[in-house]
Amino acid sequence: MFDDFYSQFKLNFIDENRWVSLLKGLGTTLEITFLALILGLVIGIVIAAIRSTYDKNQSSLKKKGGFGYVVMRILNFICNLYLTIIRGTPVVVQLMIAYFIIFANAKDGTLVAVFAFGLNSGAYVAEIFRGGIMSVDNGQFEAGRSLGFNYPQTMIHIIIPQAFKTVLPTLCNEFIVLIKETSVAGYVGVMDLTKAGDIIRGRTFSAFMPLIAVALIYLLLVIILSSLVKRLERRLRKNER
Amino acid sequence: MKKFIKILCVIMSVAMVVSLASCGSSSDDDTLTMATNANFPPYEYKEGENFKGIDVEIATAIAEKLGKKLEIADVEFGSIIGGVQSGKYDMGMAGMTVTDERKKSVNFSTTYATGIQSVIVKSGSKVKSVDDISTMVKEGGKIGVQQDTTGDIYASDTEENGGYGENNVIRYKNGADAVQALVSDKVGCVIIDNEPAKSFVAANKGLEILQTEFTVEDYAIAIAKDNDDLLKDINKALDELKKDGTIDKIVDKYIPSK
Repeated sequence: MFDDFYSQFKLNFIDENRWVSLLKGLGTTLEITFLALILGLVIGIVIAAIRSTYDKNQSSLKKKGGFGYVVMRILNFICNLYLTIIRGTPVVVQLMIAYFIIFANAKDGTLVAVFAFGLNSGAYVAEIFRGGIMSVDNGQFEAGRSLGFNYPQTMIHIIIPQAFKTVLPTLCNEFIVLIKETSVAGYVGVMDLTKAGDIIRGRTFSAFMPLIAVALIYLLLVIILSSLVKRLERRLRKNER
Repeated sequence: MKKFIKILCVIMSVAMVVSLASCGSSSDDDTLTMATNANFPPYEYKEGENFKGIDVEIATAIAEKLGKKLEIADVEFGSIIGGVQSGKYDMGMAGMTVTDERKKSVNFSTTYATGIQSVIVKSGSKVKSVDDISTMVKEGGKIGVQQDTTGDIYASDTEENGGYGENNVIRYKNGADAVQALVSDKVGCVIIDNEPAKSFVAANKGLEILQTEFTVEDYAIAIAKDNDDLLKDINKALDELKKDGTIDKIVDKYIPSK
């Protein structure tokens, strides 16, 4: 049994330097995840800012009327449309639309994947942030305004620091999902971790070793990420008492 | 950390036991399960809900000879041999070429068709023959293939072995995606079996197949190593079908030019 295990291990990872392709795949997965994460955060913050500003100031804007109200309504509508489309379609389909239709002329599949996953993640991050902002008690907001802060100042100094703590666990969850979601990048010819394992499987025709190895690597990534976030959370909680 | 490793060991061993246990299982006696990748016209493809193609019809004829009911599982090409090996499917039939590497894992029936690996390019491409591919690759062009097919195996092999190197090949889940990538200039050429190549070229304007073929190879049915009885039965059925002209008739129906 152990001999068999060893020969399988050798066949799947050592022969023809197959482990190198796993390592390269891991690099691609990390690259896509990291860049998509940043893109998603940027998109998410912008959209959450627009949506929550609209939600919070709807009545006062309406009273004032005029140009500002119209602009906010249009922006809010665009954001809603984006959220509906992105959250209403599977990420694989979005990825293939990006690769075969939107960026039909792009040569680098990795960049297209970054774009697709970033755009996808942005929608979820936006709602997470908005939820966080809306969850901060309105009294906090009113207190800020009565101290003489204007709307952006209240947001930056009072609301967002509190909201950030609330959203951190959910945000971490979204990042974990993102890491694993990138495993479909193989659909557009990108050599990510899953695809590297897939190709080993296609060459050696053994399912166990490559699949378990890929699973363990993802698991390890997620464990590392969640422990980092846990540490950050603990640090942020220090000043609570 | 120690606890974590312990848990990991338990998970690993459970997974191994499960995977070993599943080795022995095989499907019902009165059905013949065929694993294929139904995106490979004219050997196998779907028309509405039904499977069609040369392999499908030959498999139906074989099943009839064996007095069994044919069942088709549409899986990824790369999962076929693994599935056959583990007994999940009785046989794999997907325009599959006999290679030494594959022979290590499964047995192959006698050949029932000849396949040609062809090169598809855009009309007016710099790649005029198979020899031009290496020039194209040197200029930064990529080769599109269907993952795990022989075209992939040959093209992604090292240069000493007659390939073009891992980094110059982009692998797609199916042939149609590879051809789509060629249409939008993501790859400079696509290496794929000749018959599906013809279908793809017919369906997309501005593509053509190079006159010189990439390689010529034999198609056969993959059967698990420990399933000698089925191998014998299938070879016998294939033999009879060849003799009475059924196979020729099926191939002619899909590939009239022969």
